[in-house]
Amino acid sequence: MLNLIWLVPALPLAGFLLIVLFGRKLGEPFAGILATVMTASSFIVVASIYFKLLSLPSEERHHVVKLFTWIPVGGLHVDMAWLVDPLSITMALFVTGIGSLIHLYAIGYMHGDAKFPKFFMYLNLFIFSMLMLVLGENLLVTFLGWEGVGTCSYFLISFWHTRDSAATAGKKAFVTNRVGDWGMMTAMFLAFSAVGTLSYDGINHAAANGSLAAVTATGIAMMLFVGACGKSAQLPLYIWLPDAMEGPTPVSALIHAATMVTSGVFLLTRMAPVLHAAYPWMGDVIATVGVLTALFAATIAVAQTDIKKVLAYSTVSQLGFMFLAIGSGAYVAAIFHMVTHAFFKALLFMGSGSVIHGMHHEQDMRRMGALRKVMPITAITFIIGWLAIAGVPPFAGFWSKDEILLYAFANNRLLYFIGVLAALLTAYYMTRQVIMVFFGKAQWNDHAEENGAHGDHTPHESPWTMTAPLVILSGLAIAGGVMQLPFSNKTHWLEHWLEPVVHHAEANIEGTWASDNKWLLLALAVVVACAGIAASIAVYAKGRAKPIEPAILADAWRYDAGISALVGGPGRQAFDAVAAFDAHVIDGAVVGVGTEVRAASGILHRVQSGLVRSYAAIIGLGAVLMLAWFLLRGVL
Amino acid sequence: MLSTLVMNEGVAKATTSFPILSALILIPLFGAIAITLLSNRRPEYIKLVAALVSVGTGAMSLWMLAKFQTHEAGFQFVSQHSWIKAWGISWHLGVDGISLFLVVLTGILFPLVILGVDPHHDEKRYLGWLLLLEAGVMGSFLSLDLFLFFIFFEIVLVPMYFLIGGWGYDKRIYAATKFFLYTMFGSAFMLVGIIATAALARRDIGYLTFDLVKIAEHATFATNTARWLFLSFAIAFAVKVPIFPLHTWLPDAHTQAPTGGSVILAGVLLKMGTYGFLRFGLYLFPAAAVWAKPVLLTLATIGIIYGAIAATMQTDLKRLVAYSSVAHLGFIVLGTFAITSQSLTGGVMQMVNHGISTGALFLLVGMIYERRHTRAIAELKGIQAVAPIFAAAFMVVMLSSIGVPGLNGFVGEFLILIGSFETARWWTVVAATGVILAALYLLWAYQRVFHGEPDEANSTFKEITLRESALLLVFIGLIGFTGVFPKPMLSRIEPSVDKLIEHVESHSSYKAPVHEVSHMTDSETPSEEGK
Repeated sequence: MLNLIWLVPALPLAGFLLIVLFGRKLGEPFAGILATVMTASSFIVVASIYFKLLSLPSEERHHVVKLFTWIPVGGLHVDMAWLVDPLSITMALFVTGIGSLIHLYAIGYMHGDAKFPKFFMYLNLFIFSMLMLVLGENLLVTFLGWEGVGTCSYFLISFWHTRDSAATAGKKAFVTNRVGDWGMMTAMFLAFSAVGTLSYDGINHAAANGSLAAVTATGIAMMLFVGACGKSAQLPLYIWLPDAMEGPTPVSALIHAATMVTSGVFLLTRMAPVLHAAYPWMGDVIATVGVLTALFAATIAVAQTDIKKVLAYSTVSQLGFMFLAIGSGAYVAAIFHMVTHAFFKALLFMGSGSVIHGMHHEQDMRRMGALRKVMPITAITFIIGWLAIAGVPPFAGFWSKDEILLYAFANNRLLYFIGVLAALLTAYYMTRQVIMVFFGKAQWNDHAEENGAHGDHTPHESPWTMTAPLVILSGLAIAGGVMQLPFSNKTHWLEHWLEPVVHHAEANIEGTWASDNKWLLLALAVVVACAGIAASIAVYAKGRAKPIEPAILADAWRYDAGISALVGGPGRQAFDAVAAFDAHVIDGAVVGVGTEVRAASGILHRVQSGLVRSYAAIIGLGAVLMLAWFLLRGVL
Repeated sequence: MLSTLVMNEGVAKATTSFPILSALILIPLFGAIAITLLSNRRPEYIKLVAALVSVGTGAMSLWMLAKFQTHEAGFQFVSQHSWIKAWGISWHLGVDGISLFLVVLTGILFPLVILGVDPHHDEKRYLGWLLLLEAGVMGSFLSLDLFLFFIFFEIVLVPMYFLIGGWGYDKRIYAATKFFLYTMFGSAFMLVGIIATAALARRDIGYLTFDLVKIAEHATFATNTARWLFLSFAIAFAVKVPIFPLHTWLPDAHTQAPTGGSVILAGVLLKMGTYGFLRFGLYLFPAAAVWAKPVLLTLATIGIIYGAIAATMQTDLKRLVAYSSVAHLGFIVLGTFAITSQSLTGGVMQMVNHGISTGALFLLVGMIYERRHTRAIAELKGIQAVAPIFAAAFMVVMLSSIGVPGLNGFVGEFLILIGSFETARWWTVVAATGVILAALYLLWAYQRVFHGEPDEANSTFKEITLRESALLLVFIGLIGFTGVFPKPMLSRIEPSVDKLIEHVESHSSYKAPVHEVSHMTDSETPSEEGK
């Protein structure tokens, strides 16, 4: 059964190839159905592998399935192989599971698009790459997927490529990700030179048994973290993700919420023993960057007016929570939050897509309002997603976020408080979004009348292909927390499941103040969530206070603009200077020498305008002269 | 003289007694002569002869590949005959893992160019020069005699000069002359070096010979002498590669050359430089090469970053691709002088990969020029909207050039970097940022040319033709196959590379890093319990 793992990436790959070859003939909706079926079949295979794995004793839940030898040179031996273990199967489950729902949703969302088959071609290629990323047995197979998802993300963000902003956003995502890729490559170089292999087992084994020096482990961890910052949109490399919203909404849900952006978290969890072997400050660096990103992005989300931009910054913020967990040694909590986040964020993104669809491609929340009346299913499911992300019990996000904050408290109280502040803002801005979109006064009536088009512009509920995934995901967003409940050791189900992967790297907080008082922290988290929601209701629903939305927040602290100014200004000037240096100094010298020589020698001048035959003669003559010289010297 | 050469063939190590290497050189040479003799009144015969000759040579190179002994490190299909006895010059040919795929690449690229790209005028002379060029390139990669190598190395210049000067674009004469003089300037040093090497080696060997293997294995040079000799060769190869700051002939030559010329120039001609560094640098003067390592690593790294930055700012699409070559070849030089099993194997592989992907890029740029009569990026826009298949082909080739895993460019680049990291750590860390820049300049160019709403001039851009897609499919097939399954290539390159490294180690103080081969044993995979 476990050897069937090859089917998991093979099915979406087959879907991709079929659409490449027959996409035009298949057309709408068959190309979409094909792609959806492929991903769903892949999910079924993963699920059966999951149950098989579950039936094995936990120490046997680790299998390597090799396909062929990929790159063998000298001491470097890289296999095209998959690692089947609790972590990779957890990832594969939600990649294919949520992936299938998003495929289904996209059949409705992309209806009528001229490039319908092409969209599903990219989606299947993306799922294939993402599966290679999570199932890889070694860093290089993961890197294959890593770059693959980056490339697909480029294709999909710039899917509507005739729009300049989409094309630019796609390029920006790819290039920024490449900065991270540089980090990941360097990590691989370091790992190979220290351990002599790129396989996870080999590297983690060396880290666990102490044969990997702390300084090397820190180097590897640091460079992996640089890679993770790129892919998972952390400070300072997060700038591509908000722009990535230029892509069609299913893309935002699939790539920029549920799957690709979590690969950094996955990678660091996969390499947990190396992080554990690194200097202790490495964890602090990761946790600090994470929590600062969480707060930073949350402040920006407060002032956004584009429905998708709010969710984009919210994603950056939630990913920050996951890195806070990793840095605090709470790998299980990171994966837990990754999974619940995938549920509720995919739900929220697809909900926003349903709204955009229903609003005839309007994304400005100021022109929405009261949509719960015309889009009931979207509204209810979106509200469930909101409660989950805001941290209201018993929804999924509450449990996972609380778990992270618990470990953060045990690790570093300052970071905990920053995290709580970010959680407060999360509840606040998400409530703001729900009120602006679904409650209050309908702003779209005036808007529609302005345009003079009545009937056509009334928002409508989306077709079943779009609402069905919303309903399923909202179920998961409600109940997803059951996989790791804090009540007793028995309810720590995810922890036991992932135990073989993270074992001794996972921080032990037993006996700390945080652990002893976890119910107090839990209660505090509920208070914080309620406070955020209440404040937001007071401002946006009741009008008790004026909204605080300073321009600097709407402008993302001018960070992105600053980077653009730097790249477009001094950066571009520097590049221009190099090009000018090349043309004038380097080539100038060459041409100058040529001209000087020509001017100095009338003979050469005539030769140069002549035929190549003369040159041949000169080579011959030169050779003869040189030979003569050697002969005269008596060398020959 | 030639007839006796061919008749006396026979010392071949491999299973065949047919003088296949001599044939690889002589068939295109005779083809060129035949075309010169054919009457201009029947152009279809000329094309037919050129096609047959080049396809035949290509088929023969593939046959040689099939017969090549995979785990043999030494030279195969060797043919050795005395030529100019008095000076110890011999017709000595051989192929090993280092030259194997360059010969095959040459064998494949020429028929593709001859069948796929038509010159605008005077087909007869164009095809004649191309076949002469093929003979010269083959000879350069196959010669194991210093003098013979020099002759082929120089012969190559003449047809290339005429191809650029005769069938190029508006500033073709300037570009052709610059190319010729610059390369010539480098070769002059090499000629002196070759003669001095043979003369000095005479003391150890006992008689005058230009035989590469004899000199490399038996002659020892004084430390300083070896360094001077190495430098004399290095200048010639550095110009040919080209290595920063000797690169400025390249953008002009590439931009002005006709499409076919550009493909050959990028595909195989530049590789004569990087190949020369391996064969006549590391092999002939190991200690001196190790001594010069830091300088060459530095120049290579500068080339990677500098070439990429310069490429970013180009306004001419063809010139952009030319500058990208400077960056790509910087990687190969880095790998060569890091001298590890991975870096050198990756370097040899990258020579072939660059030939395929940059060759294909030049073909694509040529196709754009055919349609729009401009190469200016600013005048192109929104082509993806009107010619999606053409854009897709460009995209695949571009991703290969960027080095996306799963495609060929990645394997070579990654091997170079991971190998170089062990002996040239900081150079590699800097060089690896080149992968960021590669994405930047290519994606930016792609965006400006293919994305956006097509304006009037570009809205009639013709979709790819059947012939063009057939031509590109060969390239894309190679790009995909070697990216996913590089093992057949690596296993043929590596033995010769390891032998070269051993040679360097035994002739210098250099020691290559050793890793115990640590990978899964077969008993562990795939797990039986999992069933």
